[in-house]
Amino acid sequence: MKRILRTSETHPLTWWLNEKEDVVWIKEYKKNGGYLAFEKALKTMQPVDIISIVQESGLKGRGGAGFPTGIKWSLMPKKSSFDVRYLLCNADEMEPGTYKDKFLMEKIPHQLIEGILISSLALNVSKSYIFLRCEYVQAERILKKAIFEATQYGYIGSNVLKSGLNFEIFLHSGAGRYICGEETALINSLEGKRANPKYKPPFPAYVGAWGKPTCINNVETLSNIPSIILHGTKWYKNLSKSIDSGTKMMGFSGKVKNPGLWELPFGITAREILEDYAGGMNNGLNLKAWQPGGASTELLTFKHIDLPMNFSTIQNAGSRLGTALAMAIDDTVNIVSLVRNIEEFFSRESCGWCTPCRDGLPWIVSILKSLEVHQGHENDMDILEELCCKLGPGKTFCAHAPGAVSPLKSAIKYFRSEFESGIKKTSIINISSI
Amino acid sequence: MLSKEEEIDILKSKSNYEDAQSSSIEALKIVQKSRGWVSKQAIREISKVLKIPESNLEEVATFYSQIFRKPVGRNIIRYCDSVVCYMYGCEDIKSCLENALNISIGGTTKDFRFTLLPICCLGNCDNAPTIMINDNTYSRLSLKQVVELLELYK
Repeated sequence: MKRILRTSETHPLTWWLNEKEDVVWIKEYKKNGGYLAFEKALKTMQPVDIISIVQESGLKGRGGAGFPTGIKWSLMPKKSSFDVRYLLCNADEMEPGTYKDKFLMEKIPHQLIEGILISSLALNVSKSYIFLRCEYVQAERILKKAIFEATQYGYIGSNVLKSGLNFEIFLHSGAGRYICGEETALINSLEGKRANPKYKPPFPAYVGAWGKPTCINNVETLSNIPSIILHGTKWYKNLSKSIDSGTKMMGFSGKVKNPGLWELPFGITAREILEDYAGGMNNGLNLKAWQPGGASTELLTFKHIDLPMNFSTIQNAGSRLGTALAMAIDDTVNIVSLVRNIEEFFSRESCGWCTPCRDGLPWIVSILKSLEVHQGHENDMDILEELCCKLGPGKTFCAHAPGAVSPLKSAIKYFRSEFESGIKKTSIINISSI
Repeated sequence: MLSKEEEIDILKSKSNYEDAQSSSIEALKIVQKSRGWVSKQAIREISKVLKIPESNLEEVATFYSQIFRKPVGRNIIRYCDSVVCYMYGCEDIKSCLENALNISIGGTTKDFRFTLLPICCLGNCDNAPTIMINDNTYSRLSLKQVVELLELYK
Protein backbone atom coordinates (compact mmCIF):
# COMPACT_ATOMS: atom_id res chain seq x y z
CA MET A 1 0.00 0.00 0.00
CA LYS A 2 1.13 3.50 -0.80
CA ARG A 3 2.38 5.73 1.95
CA ILE A 4 0.75 9.07 1.47
CA LEU A 5 2.69 12.26 1.97
CA ARG A 6 0.26 15.16 1.97
CA THR A 7 1.49 18.66 1.09
CA SER A 8 -0.39 21.88 0.42
CA GLU A 9 0.94 21.73 -3.15
CA THR A 10 -0.50 18.33 -3.95
CA HIS A 11 -3.34 17.73 -1.48
CA PRO A 12 -5.20 21.06 -1.12
CA LEU A 13 -8.14 19.47 0.70
CA THR A 14 -6.46 17.15 3.18
CA TRP A 15 -2.89 18.40 3.73
CA TRP A 16 -4.01 19.96 7.04
CA LEU A 17 -4.36 16.55 8.64
CA ASN A 18 -1.74 14.89 10.82
CA GLU A 19 -0.98 11.16 10.86
CA LYS A 20 -3.77 10.47 13.34
CA GLU A 21 -6.19 12.62 11.37
CA ASP A 22 -7.26 14.68 14.40
CA VAL A 23 -9.83 17.44 13.91
CA VAL A 24 -8.18 20.68 12.71
CA TRP A 25 -9.60 23.37 14.99
CA ILE A 26 -9.28 27.09 14.29
CA LYS A 27 -5.92 27.69 16.03
CA GLU A 28 -4.16 25.09 13.96
CA TYR A 29 -6.08 25.99 10.84
CA LYS A 30 -5.06 29.64 11.12
CA LYS A 31 -1.46 28.74 12.00
CA ASN A 32 -1.17 26.95 8.67
CA GLY A 33 -2.65 29.74 6.61
CA GLY A 34 -6.34 29.13 7.13
CA TYR A 35 -8.74 32.03 6.45
CA LEU A 36 -6.00 33.86 4.45
CA ALA A 37 -7.96 33.12 1.27
CA PHE A 38 -11.08 34.66 2.80
CA GLU A 39 -9.16 37.74 3.93
CA LYS A 40 -7.60 38.06 0.47
CA ALA A 41 -11.00 37.80 -1.21
CA LEU A 42 -12.61 40.21 1.22
CA LYS A 43 -9.94 42.88 0.99
CA THR A 44 -8.71 42.70 -2.56
CA MET A 45 -11.39 41.09 -4.75
CA GLN A 46 -14.75 42.02 -6.21
CA PRO A 47 -17.53 39.39 -6.35
CA VAL A 48 -17.24 39.18 -10.15
CA ASP A 49 -13.50 38.48 -9.85
CA ILE A 50 -14.13 35.57 -7.50
CA ILE A 51 -16.78 34.12 -9.81
CA SER A 52 -14.52 34.40 -12.83
CA ILE A 53 -11.61 32.73 -11.00
CA VAL A 54 -13.83 29.83 -9.99
CA GLN A 55 -15.15 29.63 -13.54
CA GLU A 56 -11.62 29.67 -14.96
CA SER A 57 -10.43 27.05 -12.48
CA GLY A 58 -12.75 24.51 -14.09
CA LEU A 59 -14.05 23.35 -10.69
CA LYS A 60 -16.99 21.00 -11.18
CA GLY A 61 -19.61 20.16 -8.55
CA ARG A 62 -18.49 17.31 -6.32
CA GLY A 63 -21.94 16.16 -5.27
CA GLY A 64 -22.29 13.72 -8.16
CA ALA A 65 -23.59 15.59 -11.18
CA GLY A 66 -20.36 17.43 -11.97
CA PHE A 67 -21.95 20.70 -13.09
CA PRO A 68 -19.34 23.49 -13.44
CA THR A 69 -19.47 25.52 -10.22
CA GLY A 70 -18.46 28.83 -11.82
CA ILE A 71 -21.31 28.58 -14.31
CA LYS A 72 -23.77 27.73 -11.53
CA TRP A 73 -22.60 30.83 -9.68
CA SER A 74 -22.83 33.03 -12.76
CA LEU A 75 -26.51 32.07 -13.12
CA MET A 76 -27.37 34.00 -9.98
CA PRO A 77 -29.03 37.33 -10.86
CA LYS A 78 -26.61 40.24 -11.25
CA LYS A 79 -29.08 42.98 -10.34
CA SER A 80 -28.63 44.29 -6.85
CA SER A 81 -32.40 44.68 -6.53
CA PHE A 82 -32.43 40.99 -5.54
CA ASP A 83 -31.22 42.00 -2.13
CA VAL A 84 -31.86 38.74 -0.27
CA ARG A 85 -30.07 35.63 -1.53
CA TYR A 86 -29.09 32.35 0.05
CA LEU A 87 -26.27 29.88 -0.17
CA LEU A 88 -27.14 26.32 0.81
CA CYS A 89 -24.43 23.82 1.52
CA ASN A 90 -25.68 20.36 0.65
CA ALA A 91 -24.38 18.11 3.41
CA ASP A 92 -27.20 15.59 3.12
CA GLU A 93 -24.81 12.81 2.20
CA MET A 94 -26.90 9.65 1.91
CA GLU A 95 -25.84 8.04 -1.37
CA PRO A 96 -25.03 4.42 -0.49
CA GLY A 97 -21.29 3.92 -0.65
CA THR A 98 -20.39 7.55 -0.04
CA TYR A 99 -18.47 8.84 2.96
CA LYS A 100 -16.46 11.85 1.80
CA ASP A 101 -18.47 14.86 3.02
CA LYS A 102 -18.63 13.32 6.48
CA PHE A 103 -14.84 13.02 6.48
CA LEU A 104 -14.30 16.63 5.35
CA MET A 105 -16.79 18.01 7.90
CA GLU A 106 -15.50 15.91 10.77
CA LYS A 107 -11.81 16.55 10.12
CA ILE A 108 -11.41 20.00 8.52
CA PRO A 109 -14.62 21.92 9.37
CA HIS A 110 -13.02 25.35 8.97
CA GLN A 111 -12.08 24.69 5.36
CA LEU A 112 -15.79 24.25 4.62
CA ILE A 113 -16.70 27.36 6.62
CA GLU A 114 -14.03 29.39 4.80
CA GLY A 115 -15.35 28.05 1.49
CA ILE A 116 -18.89 29.09 2.45
CA LEU A 117 -17.69 32.56 3.45
CA ILE A 118 -15.79 33.15 0.19
CA SER A 119 -18.76 31.85 -1.82
CA SER A 120 -21.12 34.09 0.17
CA LEU A 121 -18.92 37.04 -0.70
CA ALA A 122 -18.92 36.11 -4.40
CA LEU A 123 -22.69 35.64 -4.50
CA ASN A 124 -23.63 38.64 -2.32
CA VAL A 125 -25.13 36.31 0.25
CA SER A 126 -25.31 37.13 3.91
CA LYS A 127 -27.20 34.07 5.17
CA SER A 128 -26.16 30.54 4.39
CA TYR A 129 -27.40 27.19 5.64
CA ILE A 130 -25.60 23.90 5.98
CA PHE A 131 -28.21 21.19 5.35
CA LEU A 132 -26.85 18.24 7.31
CA ARG A 133 -28.42 14.80 7.56
CA CYS A 134 -29.46 14.07 11.12
CA GLU A 135 -27.57 10.80 11.48
CA TYR A 136 -24.24 12.63 11.16
CA VAL A 137 -24.20 13.49 14.88
CA GLN A 138 -20.43 13.73 15.12
CA ALA A 139 -20.25 16.12 12.15
CA GLU A 140 -23.04 18.19 13.73
CA ARG A 141 -21.13 18.51 16.99
CA ILE A 142 -17.90 19.48 15.22
CA LEU A 143 -19.51 21.97 12.85
CA LYS A 144 -21.37 23.64 15.72
CA LYS A 145 -18.13 24.15 17.58
CA ALA A 146 -16.32 25.32 14.42
CA ILE A 147 -19.04 27.88 13.63
CA PHE A 148 -18.77 29.11 17.22
CA GLU A 149 -14.98 29.41 16.90
CA ALA A 150 -15.22 31.28 13.57
CA THR A 151 -17.76 33.66 15.14
CA GLN A 152 -15.41 34.34 18.04
CA TYR A 153 -12.55 35.07 15.66
CA GLY A 154 -14.76 37.56 13.84
CA TYR A 155 -15.20 35.68 10.54
CA ILE A 156 -18.92 35.18 11.10
CA GLY A 157 -21.26 37.88 12.37
CA SER A 158 -21.81 41.54 11.59
CA ASN A 159 -19.22 43.88 10.08
CA VAL A 160 -16.81 41.01 9.47
CA LEU A 161 -13.17 42.19 9.59
CA LYS A 162 -14.44 45.78 9.43
CA SER A 163 -15.72 45.26 5.88
CA GLY A 164 -19.23 46.41 6.68
CA LEU A 165 -20.50 43.02 5.50
CA ASN A 166 -22.50 40.52 7.54
CA PHE A 167 -22.19 36.76 7.28
CA GLU A 168 -24.33 34.23 9.08
CA ILE A 169 -24.08 30.45 8.83
CA PHE A 170 -26.89 28.29 10.19
CA LEU A 171 -26.63 24.57 10.74
CA HIS A 172 -29.87 22.83 9.76
CA SER A 173 -30.16 19.17 10.59
CA GLY A 174 -32.73 17.10 8.70
CA ALA A 175 -35.02 14.27 9.73
CA GLY A 176 -34.11 11.52 7.27
CA ARG A 177 -35.12 10.78 3.65
CA TYR A 178 -32.53 10.42 0.88
CA ILE A 179 -34.49 12.64 -1.50
CA CYS A 180 -33.54 15.73 0.57
CA GLY A 181 -30.20 15.65 -1.29
CA GLU A 182 -31.96 16.62 -4.53
CA GLU A 183 -31.54 20.39 -4.65
CA THR A 184 -35.17 21.45 -5.10
CA ALA A 185 -36.33 18.86 -2.54
CA LEU A 186 -33.66 20.21 -0.21
CA ILE A 187 -35.19 23.68 -0.53
CA ASN A 188 -38.65 22.33 0.29
CA SER A 189 -37.27 20.48 3.28
CA LEU A 190 -35.44 23.58 4.53
CA GLU A 191 -38.72 25.47 4.27
CA GLY A 192 -40.31 22.91 6.57
CA LYS A 193 -42.27 21.08 3.91
CA ARG A 194 -42.29 17.56 2.49
CA ALA A 195 -39.11 16.95 0.50
CA ASN A 196 -40.80 16.63 -2.89
CA PRO A 197 -38.70 17.90 -5.79
CA LYS A 198 -39.93 21.02 -7.61
CA TYR A 199 -40.33 21.55 -11.30
CA LYS A 200 -37.53 23.46 -13.03
CA PRO A 201 -37.71 26.20 -14.35
CA PRO A 202 -37.77 28.42 -12.42
CA PHE A 203 -34.28 27.44 -11.35
CA PRO A 204 -33.20 27.94 -7.73
CA ALA A 205 -30.73 30.58 -8.93
CA TYR A 206 -33.78 32.83 -9.45
CA VAL A 207 -36.52 31.29 -7.30
CA GLY A 208 -35.01 29.20 -4.53
CA ALA A 209 -35.34 29.09 -0.76
CA TRP A 210 -38.24 31.28 0.42
CA GLY A 211 -38.63 32.41 -3.19
CA LYS A 212 -35.25 34.15 -3.27
CA PRO A 213 -32.19 33.53 -5.48
CA THR A 214 -30.39 30.53 -4.04
CA CYS A 215 -27.19 28.68 -4.83
CA ILE A 216 -26.73 25.08 -3.67
CA ASN A 217 -23.26 23.56 -3.50
CA ASN A 218 -21.89 20.33 -2.11
CA VAL A 219 -19.55 20.19 0.92
CA GLU A 220 -16.54 19.02 -1.11
CA THR A 221 -17.14 21.67 -3.80
CA LEU A 222 -17.15 24.46 -1.23
CA SER A 223 -14.08 23.00 0.51
CA ASN A 224 -12.15 23.47 -2.74
CA ILE A 225 -12.78 27.23 -2.93
CA PRO A 226 -10.19 28.56 -0.40
CA SER A 227 -7.17 26.95 -2.08
CA ILE A 228 -8.29 28.07 -5.56
CA ILE A 229 -8.48 31.66 -4.33
CA LEU A 230 -5.14 31.42 -2.54
CA HIS A 231 -3.05 29.57 -5.11
CA GLY A 232 -4.72 30.44 -8.40
CA THR A 233 -6.30 28.61 -11.28
CA LYS A 234 -3.14 27.48 -13.12
CA TRP A 235 -1.88 25.58 -10.11
CA TYR A 236 -5.34 24.10 -9.53
CA LYS A 237 -5.63 22.83 -13.09
CA ASN A 238 -2.13 21.32 -12.96
CA LEU A 239 -3.04 19.21 -9.92
CA SER A 240 -5.05 16.96 -12.17
CA LYS A 241 -3.85 14.30 -14.58
CA SER A 242 -6.86 14.86 -16.80
CA ILE A 243 -9.07 17.55 -18.28
CA ASP A 244 -11.02 17.89 -15.02
CA SER A 245 -9.28 20.31 -12.69
CA GLY A 246 -8.04 19.67 -9.20
CA THR A 247 -8.19 16.75 -6.84
CA LYS A 248 -11.11 14.63 -5.71
CA MET A 249 -11.87 12.58 -2.64
CA MET A 250 -11.90 9.06 -4.05
CA GLY A 251 -12.16 5.70 -2.43
CA PHE A 252 -12.86 2.01 -2.71
CA SER A 253 -15.15 0.01 -0.47
CA GLY A 254 -16.44 -3.55 -0.63
CA LYS A 255 -14.38 -6.68 0.00
CA VAL A 256 -11.00 -5.02 -0.51
CA LYS A 257 -8.02 -5.27 1.84
CA ASN A 258 -7.90 -1.64 2.90
CA PRO A 259 -11.19 0.12 2.22
CA GLY A 260 -10.94 3.87 2.62
CA LEU A 261 -10.84 7.25 0.97
CA TRP A 262 -7.99 9.37 -0.29
CA GLU A 263 -7.55 12.74 -1.94
CA LEU A 264 -6.33 11.91 -5.44
CA PRO A 265 -5.80 13.76 -8.71
CA PHE A 266 -8.45 13.36 -11.40
CA GLY A 267 -7.25 10.98 -14.08
CA ILE A 268 -5.82 8.36 -11.72
CA THR A 269 -7.03 4.97 -12.89
CA ALA A 270 -9.52 2.90 -10.94
CA ARG A 271 -6.94 0.09 -10.89
CA GLU A 272 -4.40 2.35 -9.14
CA ILE A 273 -6.92 3.22 -6.44
CA LEU A 274 -8.02 -0.37 -6.02
CA GLU A 275 -4.56 -1.92 -5.98
CA ASP A 276 -2.21 0.76 -4.66
CA TYR A 277 -4.46 2.42 -2.12
CA ALA A 278 -7.16 -0.10 -1.26
CA GLY A 279 -4.64 -2.95 -1.35
CA GLY A 280 -6.51 -5.05 -3.91
CA MET A 281 -9.29 -7.55 -3.40
CA ASN A 282 -9.42 -9.69 -0.28
CA ASN A 283 -7.56 -12.99 -0.57
CA GLY A 284 -9.36 -15.51 -2.72
CA LEU A 285 -11.78 -13.00 -4.21
CA ASN A 286 -11.86 -11.61 -7.72
CA LEU A 287 -13.36 -8.38 -8.99
CA LYS A 288 -16.61 -9.09 -10.79
CA ALA A 289 -18.01 -5.59 -11.20
CA TRP A 290 -17.72 -2.14 -9.62
CA GLN A 291 -19.66 1.04 -9.24
CA PRO A 292 -17.58 4.17 -9.79
CA GLY A 293 -19.43 6.58 -7.51
CA GLY A 294 -22.40 5.51 -5.45
CA ALA A 295 -25.43 3.25 -5.71
CA SER A 296 -27.04 5.28 -8.50
CA THR A 297 -24.13 4.86 -10.91
CA GLU A 298 -24.08 2.15 -13.59
CA LEU A 299 -22.08 -1.00 -12.90
CA LEU A 300 -18.81 -1.44 -14.76
CA THR A 301 -16.81 -4.66 -15.09
CA PHE A 302 -13.15 -5.63 -14.61
CA LYS A 303 -12.61 -4.65 -18.27
CA HIS A 304 -13.11 -1.03 -17.27
CA ILE A 305 -10.73 -1.06 -14.32
CA ASP A 306 -7.95 0.76 -16.22
CA LEU A 307 -10.18 3.74 -16.99
CA PRO A 308 -8.99 7.07 -15.67
CA MET A 309 -11.30 8.47 -13.02
CA ASN A 310 -12.72 11.65 -14.49
CA PHE A 311 -16.17 12.80 -15.54
CA SER A 312 -15.93 12.26 -19.30
CA THR A 313 -14.14 8.89 -19.53
CA ILE A 314 -16.43 7.22 -17.01
CA GLN A 315 -19.43 8.68 -18.82
CA ASN A 316 -18.14 7.42 -22.18
CA ALA A 317 -17.85 3.95 -20.66
CA GLY A 318 -21.58 4.07 -19.93
CA SER A 319 -21.56 5.06 -16.28
CA ARG A 320 -21.09 8.20 -14.18
CA LEU A 321 -18.24 9.32 -11.99
CA GLY A 322 -20.87 10.26 -9.38
CA THR A 323 -19.23 10.81 -6.03
CA ALA A 324 -16.07 8.88 -7.11
CA LEU A 325 -16.32 6.67 -4.04
CA ALA A 326 -16.11 3.36 -5.85
CA MET A 327 -17.40 0.03 -4.64
CA ALA A 328 -15.94 -3.35 -5.58
CA ILE A 329 -18.29 -6.27 -6.14
CA ASP A 330 -16.53 -9.60 -5.81
CA ASP A 331 -17.25 -12.86 -7.60
CA THR A 332 -19.11 -14.42 -4.67
CA VAL A 333 -21.87 -11.82 -4.93
CA ASN A 334 -25.07 -12.67 -6.76
CA ILE A 335 -25.78 -9.69 -8.99
CA VAL A 336 -29.57 -10.15 -8.87
CA SER A 337 -29.53 -10.04 -5.05
CA LEU A 338 -27.19 -7.05 -5.01
CA VAL A 339 -29.37 -5.10 -7.43
CA ARG A 340 -32.44 -6.11 -5.40
CA ASN A 341 -30.81 -4.54 -2.35
CA ILE A 342 -30.08 -1.33 -4.29
CA GLU A 343 -33.62 -1.16 -5.70
CA GLU A 344 -35.15 -1.76 -2.26
CA PHE A 345 -33.23 1.27 -1.09
CA PHE A 346 -34.46 3.47 -3.95
CA SER A 347 -37.99 2.15 -3.63
CA ARG A 348 -38.09 2.95 0.08
CA GLU A 349 -36.61 6.40 -0.45
CA SER A 350 -38.85 7.48 -3.33
CA CYS A 351 -40.78 10.55 -2.18
CA GLY A 352 -43.91 9.22 -3.91
CA TRP A 353 -44.56 12.41 -5.84
CA CYS A 354 -44.64 11.00 -9.38
CA THR A 355 -46.16 7.74 -10.54
CA PRO A 356 -43.31 6.02 -12.47
CA CYS A 357 -41.02 6.28 -9.47
CA ARG A 358 -43.62 5.55 -6.76
CA ASP A 359 -45.11 2.51 -8.49
CA GLY A 360 -42.29 1.41 -10.78
CA LEU A 361 -39.64 0.89 -8.13
CA PRO A 362 -41.67 -1.48 -5.88
CA TRP A 363 -42.59 -3.39 -9.03
CA ILE A 364 -38.90 -3.79 -9.91
CA VAL A 365 -38.20 -4.99 -6.36
CA SER A 366 -40.94 -7.61 -6.49
CA ILE A 367 -39.70 -8.97 -9.84
CA LEU A 368 -36.11 -9.12 -8.60
CA LYS A 369 -37.26 -10.92 -5.44
CA SER A 370 -38.95 -13.60 -7.50
CA LEU A 371 -35.94 -13.95 -9.82
CA GLU A 372 -33.75 -14.32 -6.75
CA VAL A 373 -35.62 -17.45 -5.68
CA HIS A 374 -35.94 -18.81 -9.23
CA GLN A 375 -39.64 -18.08 -9.39
CA GLY A 376 -39.45 -15.47 -12.12
CA HIS A 377 -41.93 -15.32 -14.98
CA GLU A 378 -40.87 -15.55 -18.61
CA ASN A 379 -41.97 -11.95 -19.25
CA ASP A 380 -39.97 -10.58 -16.34
CA MET A 381 -36.94 -9.58 -18.39
CA ASP A 382 -39.11 -7.66 -20.83
CA ILE A 383 -40.92 -5.91 -17.98
CA LEU A 384 -37.65 -5.00 -16.27
CA GLU A 385 -36.26 -3.56 -19.49
CA GLU A 386 -39.45 -1.64 -20.13
CA LEU A 387 -39.36 -0.24 -16.59
CA CYS A 388 -35.71 0.79 -17.07
CA CYS A 389 -36.92 2.82 -20.02
CA LYS A 390 -40.05 4.24 -18.39
CA LEU A 391 -38.17 5.32 -15.27
CA GLY A 392 -35.35 6.78 -17.35
CA PRO A 393 -34.14 10.37 -17.73
CA GLY A 394 -36.83 12.90 -18.60
CA LYS A 395 -39.72 10.62 -17.66
CA THR A 396 -39.91 11.55 -13.99
CA PHE A 397 -39.89 14.72 -11.93
CA CYS A 398 -36.32 14.40 -10.66
CA ALA A 399 -33.23 12.21 -11.07
CA HIS A 400 -34.21 9.71 -8.37
CA ALA A 401 -35.82 7.12 -10.67
CA PRO A 402 -33.25 7.43 -13.48
CA GLY A 403 -30.55 6.96 -10.84
CA ALA A 404 -32.39 3.97 -9.43
CA VAL A 405 -32.62 2.11 -12.75
CA SER A 406 -29.01 2.85 -13.76
CA PRO A 407 -27.48 -0.05 -11.80
CA LEU A 408 -30.30 -2.37 -12.92
CA LYS A 409 -29.94 -1.52 -16.59
CA SER A 410 -26.18 -2.02 -16.53
CA ALA A 411 -26.47 -5.22 -14.49
CA ILE A 412 -28.82 -6.68 -17.13
CA LYS A 413 -26.38 -5.59 -19.82
CA TYR A 414 -23.36 -7.33 -18.29
CA PHE A 415 -24.91 -10.17 -16.30
CA ARG A 416 -28.08 -11.05 -18.20
CA SER A 417 -27.64 -14.79 -17.70
CA GLU A 418 -27.79 -14.37 -13.90
CA PHE A 419 -31.17 -12.69 -14.24
CA GLU A 420 -32.45 -15.22 -16.78
CA SER A 421 -31.45 -18.13 -14.58
CA GLY A 422 -34.04 -16.86 -12.09
CA ILE A 423 -36.93 -17.53 -14.47
CA LYS A 424 -39.02 -20.47 -13.34
CA LYS A 425 -38.38 -23.39 -15.72
CA THR A 426 -41.94 -24.67 -15.80
CA SER A 427 -43.37 -21.31 -16.78
CA ILE A 428 -41.30 -21.36 -19.98
CA ILE A 429 -42.50 -24.85 -20.85
CA ASN A 430 -46.14 -23.99 -20.13
CA ILE A 431 -46.13 -20.92 -22.28
CA SER A 432 -44.23 -22.43 -25.18
CA SER A 433 -46.63 -25.40 -25.24
CA ILE A 434 -49.64 -23.16 -25.80
CA MET B 1 -48.57 20.91 27.48
CA LEU B 2 -45.11 21.68 26.13
CA SER B 3 -42.54 22.16 28.84
CA LYS B 4 -40.98 25.58 29.30
CA GLU B 5 -37.67 24.25 27.88
CA GLU B 6 -39.36 22.80 24.82
CA GLU B 7 -41.17 26.04 24.15
CA ILE B 8 -38.01 28.13 24.56
CA ASP B 9 -36.03 25.83 22.27
CA ILE B 10 -38.75 25.89 19.61
CA LEU B 11 -38.98 29.68 19.65
CA LYS B 12 -35.20 29.93 19.56
CA SER B 13 -35.01 27.67 16.49
CA LYS B 14 -37.70 29.75 14.80
CA SER B 15 -35.35 32.75 14.72
CA ASN B 16 -32.91 30.81 12.50
CA TYR B 17 -35.40 30.74 9.63
CA GLU B 18 -37.45 33.14 7.55
CA ASP B 19 -40.83 31.84 8.70
CA ALA B 20 -42.44 29.63 11.33
CA GLN B 21 -43.17 26.75 8.93
CA SER B 22 -39.43 26.34 8.27
CA SER B 23 -38.75 25.54 11.89
CA SER B 24 -41.41 22.80 11.97
CA ILE B 25 -38.92 19.93 11.50
CA GLU B 26 -36.68 21.29 14.23
CA ALA B 27 -39.71 21.77 16.50
CA LEU B 28 -40.80 18.16 15.98
CA LYS B 29 -37.26 17.01 16.73
CA ILE B 30 -37.11 19.08 19.92
CA VAL B 31 -40.31 17.46 21.20
CA GLN B 32 -39.18 14.02 20.11
CA LYS B 33 -35.88 14.45 21.90
CA SER B 34 -37.56 15.00 25.24
CA ARG B 35 -40.51 12.59 24.82
CA GLY B 36 -39.16 9.91 22.50
CA TRP B 37 -41.94 10.35 19.95
CA VAL B 38 -44.42 12.88 18.59
CA SER B 39 -48.05 12.38 19.58
CA LYS B 40 -51.10 14.03 18.05
CA GLN B 41 -51.38 16.11 21.20
CA ALA B 42 -47.78 17.27 20.84
CA ILE B 43 -48.47 18.38 17.26
CA ARG B 44 -51.42 20.42 18.50
CA GLU B 45 -49.21 22.10 21.09
CA ILE B 46 -46.41 22.85 18.63
CA SER B 47 -48.92 24.35 16.21
CA LYS B 48 -50.04 26.78 18.90
CA VAL B 49 -46.48 27.88 19.64
CA LEU B 50 -45.48 28.24 15.98
CA LYS B 51 -48.90 29.61 15.00
CA ILE B 52 -49.17 27.33 11.97
CA PRO B 53 -51.97 24.86 11.15
CA GLU B 54 -51.78 21.41 12.70
CA SER B 55 -52.17 19.88 9.26
CA ASN B 56 -48.94 21.52 8.10
CA LEU B 57 -47.07 19.84 10.94
CA GLU B 58 -48.88 16.55 10.40
CA GLU B 59 -47.88 16.62 6.73
CA VAL B 60 -44.22 17.00 7.62
CA ALA B 61 -44.26 14.59 10.55
CA THR B 62 -45.66 11.76 8.43
CA PHE B 63 -43.09 12.25 5.66
CA TYR B 64 -39.75 12.12 7.43
CA SER B 65 -38.47 8.73 8.50
CA GLN B 66 -36.76 9.95 11.67
CA ILE B 67 -39.88 11.49 13.20
CA PHE B 68 -41.61 8.78 15.21
CA ARG B 69 -45.40 8.79 15.45
CA LYS B 70 -45.81 6.03 17.97
CA PRO B 71 -43.98 5.26 21.21
CA VAL B 72 -40.49 3.85 20.66
CA GLY B 73 -37.98 2.15 22.90
CA ARG B 74 -35.46 3.98 25.07
CA ASN B 75 -32.74 2.94 22.64
CA ILE B 76 -33.07 3.16 18.88
CA ILE B 77 -31.05 0.66 16.90
CA ARG B 78 -30.48 1.70 13.29
CA TYR B 79 -28.81 -0.96 11.21
CA CYS B 80 -27.38 0.15 7.88
CA ASP B 81 -28.94 -1.87 5.06
CA SER B 82 -27.28 -0.13 2.12
CA VAL B 83 -25.27 -1.87 -0.52
CA VAL B 84 -21.78 -2.06 1.04
CA CYS B 85 -23.15 -3.30 4.36
CA TYR B 86 -25.29 -5.69 2.32
CA MET B 87 -22.11 -7.29 0.96
CA TYR B 88 -20.85 -7.52 4.53
CA GLY B 89 -23.91 -9.41 5.70
CA CYS B 90 -26.33 -6.78 7.04
CA GLU B 91 -29.21 -9.18 6.42
CA ASP B 92 -27.65 -11.57 8.93
CA ILE B 93 -27.28 -8.69 11.37
CA LYS B 94 -30.94 -7.87 10.87
CA SER B 95 -32.08 -11.44 11.58
CA CYS B 96 -29.67 -11.68 14.48
CA LEU B 97 -31.16 -8.53 16.05
CA GLU B 98 -34.71 -9.65 15.33
CA ASN B 99 -34.07 -12.97 17.06
CA ALA B 100 -32.20 -11.52 20.00
CA LEU B 101 -34.89 -8.91 20.65
CA ASN B 102 -37.83 -11.03 19.52
CA ILE B 103 -39.24 -8.25 17.34
CA SER B 104 -39.27 -7.53 13.62
CA ILE B 105 -38.17 -4.42 11.72
CA GLY B 106 -39.96 -1.33 12.94
CA GLY B 107 -40.92 -3.08 16.15
CA THR B 108 -40.32 -2.21 19.79
CA THR B 109 -39.53 -4.68 22.55
CA LYS B 110 -42.24 -5.23 25.16
CA ASP B 111 -40.11 -3.66 27.88
CA PHE B 112 -39.58 -0.56 25.68
CA ARG B 113 -35.85 -1.06 25.82
CA PHE B 114 -35.22 -1.20 22.07
CA THR B 115 -36.72 -0.19 18.73
CA LEU B 116 -35.21 -1.66 15.57
CA LEU B 117 -35.08 0.36 12.35
CA PRO B 118 -33.26 0.14 9.03
CA ILE B 119 -31.29 3.19 7.92
CA CYS B 120 -29.78 4.51 4.68
CA CYS B 121 -26.02 4.30 4.27
CA LEU B 122 -24.41 5.75 7.40
CA GLY B 123 -21.32 6.87 5.47
CA ASN B 124 -19.20 4.30 7.25
CA CYS B 125 -18.67 2.01 4.24
CA ASP B 126 -14.94 1.68 4.86
CA ASN B 127 -15.88 0.11 8.20
CA ALA B 128 -18.78 -2.10 7.16
CA PRO B 129 -20.92 -3.63 8.51
CA THR B 130 -22.14 -0.86 10.72
CA ILE B 131 -24.99 -0.13 13.10
CA MET B 132 -25.94 2.91 15.11
CA ILE B 133 -27.45 2.75 18.58
CA ASN B 134 -28.80 6.13 19.65
CA ASP B 135 -25.93 8.51 18.76
CA ASN B 136 -23.16 5.92 18.72
CA THR B 137 -21.88 4.24 15.57
CA TYR B 138 -20.29 0.79 15.71
CA SER B 139 -18.01 -0.50 12.98
CA ARG B 140 -16.89 -3.84 11.49
CA LEU B 141 -19.26 -5.84 13.66
CA SER B 142 -19.45 -9.59 13.97
CA LEU B 143 -22.77 -11.18 14.90
CA LYS B 144 -21.34 -12.03 18.32
CA GLN B 145 -20.41 -8.39 18.90
CA VAL B 146 -23.89 -7.26 17.86
CA VAL B 147 -25.47 -9.35 20.60
CA GLU B 148 -22.87 -8.26 23.15
CA LEU B 149 -23.54 -4.61 22.30
CA LEU B 150 -27.17 -4.91 23.38
CA GLU B 151 -26.02 -5.54 26.95
CA LEU B 152 -24.56 -2.02 27.07
CA TYR B 153 -27.97 -0.44 26.67
CA LYS B 154 -30.49 -0.73 29.47
